[in-house]
This record gives sequence, structure tokens and C-alpha cells, in this order.
Amino acid sequence: MNNIPLTIKETQEGLKSKKFSAVELVDSYLAQIKKYNDEYNIFLTVTEEEAYEQAKSVNQLINNSENAFEQYPLLGVTTAHKDIFLTKGVRTTAGSKILESYIPQYSATAVRRIERAGGIMIGKLNCDAFAHGSSGENSDFGTTLNPWNKKYTSGGSSSGSGAALSANMSLITTGTDTCGSIRLPANYGYSVALKPTYGAVSRYGVIAMASSLDTVGPLGRCVDDIETVFNVIKGKDGLDGNVKNYENNSQKIKFKIGIPKEFFVGGLDKEIEKNIQEVIKTYKKEDVEFVEVSLPSTKYGISVYYIIQPAEVSSNLGRFDGIRYGNDRNSFGEEAKRRIMLGSYVLSAGYYDAYYEKAMKVRTIIKNEVDEVFTKVDALIAPVAPTPAFKIGEKASDPLAMYLTDIYAATANLSGIPSLAIPSGFSSKKLPLGFQLMGPRFSEHNLFELGRKYHQEIDYKPKVAF
Amino acid sequence: MAKLTKKDVKHVADLSNLTLTDEEIAKFTPQLDKIIEFIATLSEVDTTNVEPTSQTTGLTNVLREDEIKVDNMLMPETDYYKVPSILHNRS
Repeated sequence: MNNIPLTIKETQEGLKSKKFSAVELVDSYLAQIKKYNDEYNIFLTVTEEEAYEQAKSVNQLINNSENAFEQYPLLGVTTAHKDIFLTKGVRTTAGSKILESYIPQYSATAVRRIERAGGIMIGKLNCDAFAHGSSGENSDFGTTLNPWNKKYTSGGSSSGSGAALSANMSLITTGTDTCGSIRLPANYGYSVALKPTYGAVSRYGVIAMASSLDTVGPLGRCVDDIETVFNVIKGKDGLDGNVKNYENNSQKIKFKIGIPKEFFVGGLDKEIEKNIQEVIKTYKKEDVEFVEVSLPSTKYGISVYYIIQPAEVSSNLGRFDGIRYGNDRNSFGEEAKRRIMLGSYVLSAGYYDAYYEKAMKVRTIIKNEVDEVFTKVDALIAPVAPTPAFKIGEKASDPLAMYLTDIYAATANLSGIPSLAIPSGFSSKKLPLGFQLMGPRFSEHNLFELGRKYHQEIDYKPKVAF
Repeated sequence: MAKLTKKDVKHVADLSNLTLTDEEIAKFTPQLDKIIEFIATLSEVDTTNVEPTSQTTGLTNVLREDEIKVDNMLMPETDYYKVPSILHNRS
């Protein structure tokens, strides 16, 4: 096999026409992993044996069934999961030493659904421990380097999920987004990714971080692929009480996108700003209308997030007592300890009203502003992060500076709306640039439509670093 | 807002069931203080008559119907149920 195909369509066409077999695909991905993983630290576990077994059954299905690809939408799609998704019989660490030898008894719903749809699991991906971070530097198993330039971070917390795509080690990856953890690594790696509506995808079997904000979603290299995987993993499973089924196939003819003025002032990197202006110009050619809108309270988003999230973290990580499974609490890394303590602090007697209760109220205000703006526009355009990928070590000693990386991410999580991260070019330092489109709850279909519109207009081609 | 002291950090560490070394306490105190100072900016927002939001789905009390599995009945006409045995003869 010469070149590994970069999209599901190319992969399945190749399999259908017998240009290559599923086993050969797995050979190629494994070769890529063997060549680069030691240096870039992207996979924590490679499931070589399982991948070959699944690839063989994929080959059989293709040979024996006429309409195998209609029956199995992800047939032959190599997938790697963030190591926070439980995988039956395969070690799952959450990037933390506490769970360094934990082997789950069952698989997460998203993992099972991808497998049932014909996917091939190739391994488990590095991430910030318990998904706490924006750079991958908080992983207890070491930092994931950015394949586009190894001096830079690959974004977090789903650091391996972004890097595995730019390093061409998997066709699709999964991630979790509590405040940008899917969108940021996609943005720093020139990938497309979806943070779905809160409650669109089951989180059963995903190690919890902050339960009122956690979402599960796919990363890939084109909008079509993200839509295909989203359609496979979404919907009720009876095991996550927050999940709703929702169908919306309404076709929109004309879109109106809001530009929140608060997102384009101070602190935003000039190259990103210029790039998004270009994106807007491109959309206008496609007859998409733009209006300036105001979300005045979103500036409090990060403060609200850094109260609600640590509060929920301190509760969710309470279960790691070293008695039933995992190591004891001394094995928590620094960031987990900081967040647990911050959570205990904002929930403790005398501070609950001033911090936690207050944050929940400001969350209401932000959510109401967002809902109000969506009565006027179909989507919002925003940067994913204030700068392109930053250098490893640059923010490592200053937790607050690291937290502010997620300043544009918080709005979507706090109000439970979907957001699609879309690549849109490269910076002068040859680092990926991109933007995000947010929409009302359960409007993913519109975001996909808009994402495709943009990529068609610029004649987008998926790219990998090597 | 008073500055966070090492004693406060020790207290929240205790509440969190975390055992910290003196070096950790010295490191975390200024870091947490800086974060708390930042999040305290919320006090400037007027939240009079605002209800708190704890989740965004609008769903309440998601329950599943209880199902009676007839297979588990020992004798349908007696209302007795069959359950796996937990006591065994020691031989």
C-alpha cells in the first residue's frame, strides 16, 4: 500500500474495489505508529492483535455480503479512542497513574457502537490526566508532541486524538469535550471535530470529569466523516439519562451567522483574526449573511467554568479511593489535586453561596443570552482558541494562563450547544488555523451543512504532517 | 477578598482526602489564590432573581418502566418468584 487514504469515502472505495484489504490498512497504520509513536507519545496502548482480528472479519464481510457498506456505515474505518473511554479487556488509564493498570469489564457505548458499525479499533490515545488540561502536558504518561512541529503542544485534553490524525495513525478518533477538549486538539492539528449538543451522545463508560458539561464526540479530517460517526454514536442507549433522541432533517436554504463582537477584541491573535475574516468573506460568496451580535456575559464564561467544573471534579474523583480499583489518592497528578481542592473550596461551608451558587446563576444568564441570540441567527462564528498551538512548557507553570486557553470554548459547554471545529489554513509558522461554528441545541445538521459549504468553496483537501 | 493562606489550603486538602507535602502546600497556595482571585470577578454580576442552572437538557426524572420478567416466576399462579440461590450445602 502506498498512501493511506485520508477519508472514510476514499477508504471504503479502496476496500470495495479491492485496491487494498482491511488487513493491509491495519499494516499501514501500525507501521506509521511504530515509526513515530516513541517520539511523539500519541498512543498509550496499541491493540495490534484485536485490530488484525477485526480487519479479518471486515475482509470477510466485504467478500460475503453485497451490501456490507450499507449495513455497516463504518466498515473498515480504523478508529482510536481517547484513553478515557472504557474498552473491555483493554487497559484504560484516563491518562492517570491512578488507573495505570485498570482493565475495564465493559466498553463505553460510543466504543461499542463504532465497533458494531464495522470500525476497527487500533488503540488508546494519550490525554491530559482525567481530561484536565489544554495542552496534553498534564498526562501522567508524558506530553504528546504536535506532529506539525514537535516543539509545540498538540492541544488538550484529547491530545492524542488530535495528534493521531495529523500523524496519520488512525482514520477517526474519539474525544471528550468539557471545555474545548475536542475542538482544541482538532484546531491544533488541522482536523474537523464536533462537540455535540449536551445529551446527544451517551457518556456511558466514559470516565467522568464534570458531569453537567461533559460531551463525547468524533475527530476526523472532513465534515462528512464527522457526520457519519456522529450518526453512529448519537441517541439513547438507556444508560445515560441525559440523552435525548432528536431528528432534524429540515433543509435550510439561506443561513445567517452571528459574529459575537466580544470574541474579536483584545487578546485574539492577529493571524487568527485575519483568517476568520477570510472565512467570512468566503461564506459571503456562498450567499451566507453575517450580522454582528452581542453576548456580553460570555466574558464571565471561564470564571463560571472554573467554579462549576472543579466542583463536579471534586465529587467525581471522590470515587478514586484506592479501595475498589486503582491506586490510592497520592497517585493523583498536580492538576487533579489543584482541581479537587478548588472544587472542595467553592463547595465548602461559607463559600458555597459566593462561588458555586453564584456561578450556577451566571450560567443561567449566559445560557439565556445564547438562546436569545439564536432567535436571530442560525449559527455563531468564533475562534477556537486565542492563539495557534503554543510551545510546550510555555504555560505549564501558570495554571491560570493555561485555563484562559479555553476562553472561547466555555460558551458551548455552559449552554449545552453543539460546536463544529473546522480547519481553515496555516499560520506564518506553519501551524494549523481554524474556527468554530456553534448552533442551537440539536442543530448539528446545520453545522455540517455550513462546514461543507466552506470546504467546498475553498476546495479543501485533508492534510497530514507525515 | 482575603488572601488564601497555607492553613486554608491544608483545610481544603483535608476536606478532599488529599495528603499534601509541605512543598506541595507552598506551591499550590499562590496558584490557588490567583485562580480564586480570578473567579471572584463573578461577584460583580447582578444575579438578583436569577435561578441557578445545574443542567441544560430540561429533562427531569428520567425513569424506566419497571418490567416484570415472567421467566423468573417459579409458579405464576402462586405469586412466588425464583431467584438465584445464595445458600449452598457444604459437602
